[in-house]
Amino acid sequence: MIAFLLIALGTLGTAAVALSLRNLIHSALLLIASWAGIAAFYLWAGAEFVAFAQVLVYVGAVSMVVLFAVLLTRRSREDLAIARESIGRAIGALIVGGAVLGVLALAVISTPLATAPEASPPAATVHTLGLQLMGPHAAALLIVGLLLTVALLGAIVIASTDTPEKTKNTT
Amino acid sequence: MNLSPLQLCLLFSSALFCIGLIGVLARSNTILVLLGVELMLNAANLNFIAFWRYGPAPAPATGVIFVIFAIAVAAAEAAVGLALVIAVYRHQRNIRLQEANTLRG
Repeated sequence: MIAFLLIALGTLGTAAVALSLRNLIHSALLLIASWAGIAAFYLWAGAEFVAFAQVLVYVGAVSMVVLFAVLLTRRSREDLAIARESIGRAIGALIVGGAVLGVLALAVISTPLATAPEASPPAATVHTLGLQLMGPHAAALLIVGLLLTVALLGAIVIASTDTPEKTKNTT
Repeated sequence: MNLSPLQLCLLFSSALFCIGLIGVLARSNTILVLLGVELMLNAANLNFIAFWRYGPAPAPATGVIFVIFAIAVAAAEAAVGLALVIAVYRHQRNIRLQEANTLRG
């Protein structure tokens, strides 16, 4: 339980600091730490495959995409710190977020949740996961593959330069 | 007050969700808003794992499989979102949300 508290504090702290900084590079790097903390929580809960998927997808891939987006959308070499946000928006956001957190926390604490009596995690080895994915969930796996292909092709189309003449001149 | 581990996990995920929500509402940089949305998605995945681990009558692998599919869809969403950010930047030379209002009626 001590390990869980440390993981939760580290994840929440890095996420909160990351979303309040003005330097986008620092925000992206701190969010990588936060995603790694979430992967540590998955390991703690006994879901090893999900932990490694989280490390591969978030710590490895999404973080690189975010860093490239940050570097591609700045106007000059020194343009890393973004402009200061308005105070009114920040106060409104804090009020809304605090209210949502209060409602959620009260609901979680006051609900008598039925928990499993034993403390051992349910068995979800890679073997059973593979059988489940290839058996009852095979259609969903194929659809996810198709969705990823279409989404990444669409991302390339959206982000690419649209006029071929211009690229011909530059190259 | 005696909290069960399931309730602690749910409190953790709701706190992460609210941090993402505050980031989405308070920041005006498009990349930071997208990162806040990613944090909220991760909080939802934490709930799946918590209920799979501590819930009554745990199914063998249902929660884990749901989280794997959610991570795949979230990766596609992040790629498309950041491509949109780059497209908006190419048109306006700026990624502040308040100035991307060309389509406003």
